[in-house]
Amino acid sequence: MNNVLVYCEITEKNNIADISLELCTKGRQLATQLGGRLQAVVLGSGVQGLEQQLYPYGVDEVLMADDKRLSPYRTLPHFELLVEVIKEQQPNIVLFGATTIGRDMSPRISSALRCGLTADCTQLEIGSHTDAKTKKVYDNILMQIRPAFGGNIVGTIVSPETRPQMATVREGVMRKEILDKGYKGTLTKIAVGDKIDRADKAVRIISREIKEQTINIKPASIIVAGGYGMGSRENFQLLHRLAETLGGEVGATRAAIDAGFCEPERQIGQTGVTVRPKLYIACGISGAIQHTAGMDESGKIISINTDPNAPINAIADITIIGDACTIVPKLIASYNKNLK
Amino acid sequence: MKIIVLAKQVPDTRNVGSNAMKEDGTINRAALPTVFNPEDLKALEMALQVKDKIEGTTVEVITMGPPRAEEIVRDARSRGADGGFVLSDARFAGSDTLATSYALSKAIESTEGYDMVFCGRQAIDGDTAQVGPQVAEKLGIPQITYAEALEHIDETKVVVRRRLEHGVETVEAQLPVLVTVTSAAADCRYPHAHRLLRYAKTPVDVKNADDVKPDFSRLGLAGSPTKVKKVDNVVLAHKESITIEPTDENLSEMMHSLIEEHII
Repeated sequence: MNNVLVYCEITEKNNIADISLELCTKGRQLATQLGGRLQAVVLGSGVQGLEQQLYPYGVDEVLMADDKRLSPYRTLPHFELLVEVIKEQQPNIVLFGATTIGRDMSPRISSALRCGLTADCTQLEIGSHTDAKTKKVYDNILMQIRPAFGGNIVGTIVSPETRPQMATVREGVMRKEILDKGYKGTLTKIAVGDKIDRADKAVRIISREIKEQTINIKPASIIVAGGYGMGSRENFQLLHRLAETLGGEVGATRAAIDAGFCEPERQIGQTGVTVRPKLYIACGISGAIQHTAGMDESGKIISINTDPNAPINAIADITIIGDACTIVPKLIASYNKNLK
Repeated sequence: MKIIVLAKQVPDTRNVGSNAMKEDGTINRAALPTVFNPEDLKALEMALQVKDKIEGTTVEVITMGPPRAEEIVRDARSRGADGGFVLSDARFAGSDTLATSYALSKAIESTEGYDMVFCGRQAIDGDTAQVGPQVAEKLGIPQITYAEALEHIDETKVVVRRRLEHGVETVEAQLPVLVTVTSAAADCRYPHAHRLLRYAKTPVDVKNADDVKPDFSRLGLAGSPTKVKKVDNVVLAHKESITIEPTDENLSEMMHSLIEEHII
């Protein structure tokens, strides 16, 4: 089979999550290249009608299970049903979001099916692979590209012998793009019955406190980002002031967030969000690939760094050599003066 | 209660040199400084908290890696673990997460049983977060991922608070269960000085593949469905860029042209 299957996540407000629509967009391209169909699996409660949100992305078939026990998400009920769907449908490729849900369930699925799974891919392509030892050629397989090992390398991973080929992708890495508003797909209901009776009993949710996302830097057209080089949470306030002045948002590297300089929702890069603003001002950021993978499509990049050899300078349009803590206040003053 | 902690000795990815990779695309671990994987240390702490609460609990650490990974078992013992072993064999070389989780699950089954398994959510050298759930599947037990705090534990069940993307969730599971611990959890307690001294020279058990009675076709490269096709060193493509000195005039001129170009 040449089909591509996407596991869809449902938001708190019972919509298809953005990450799943991004995966459908990519899945559509892959399915077309393989000459296969795009299938999407929706497991939840009160999800009738959600297929209409999926068809415009080029989904040929929505496989849907509607059962109270499927929401909120718990590993085992979803796992049991998805394993059964994959065994029945035999897709060539299965895509998951690299979210807390996707990263919880996909490894368990790969273990049960004994197939390969590549985490946090930044690119997915169809290509061919020749085994170095046996010289056997595998055509039309999935090239799973991801930064690895502290971002010092980019690896291309393949799973030539096992099916399905499975990958997870972070939210925002792939673009979300409607294929055709009038695209016609079909709906197939999955009968749940007693299939998840045992799985339902394993883990019980006692309480949940899920906040609506309050910080979302993805749509910002100007981003002022800081790295570990900013030195402290107090110094990060300077970035907030600059972002406010320019009407932008503050972003950060993983190192800066691990150090507690700002909120995790602001993380940009492989394990954060991918952004494509008009202007990206990188302050005290050295530019490891995990970070640059999340911002290198920015329109204009300005790097402020004391290190003239920081890797990020290579992709910057303008490099300012110096301490961001003294330069950022000057930028704010200069902006205000220029406006007058 | 019997608890097993899975821990990994990882290369310190913050200190990677040019000889970090071998020609076949696998990691040249011998050339790198190593550390106790940070989230595995937090998993050890959570296990030790169970030991604090339930009398008679034993905590055993299993680590898979080269013989020098015995440092992990020593470190864990100096912090309060009761024992453990290194699972080490050249036949594990080239394992991806699936083959690794298989070997670890066989190692767990080779012990005298368990009520809980703790491990870090992910290791800093791969960041995949796959091995925990894969081990749980192979053992046929439920999993609780992204744990940040242990809220209740008794002989039959556990209540754990999970840290999710936009909030928290508290769940209850019957034992046995596997728990993966996230970076939001409490830091591990420090080693006791007297335990450090006591275990510094104590030999650490090493088990090889034969000891855990595996299906050998599921180990190492042969048991790994994912293959590294190629590895590229990261070279950022140079743009046509200018470098400026941070004088007031230069900065003002830059801001002026950004405004002129309608970028800001």
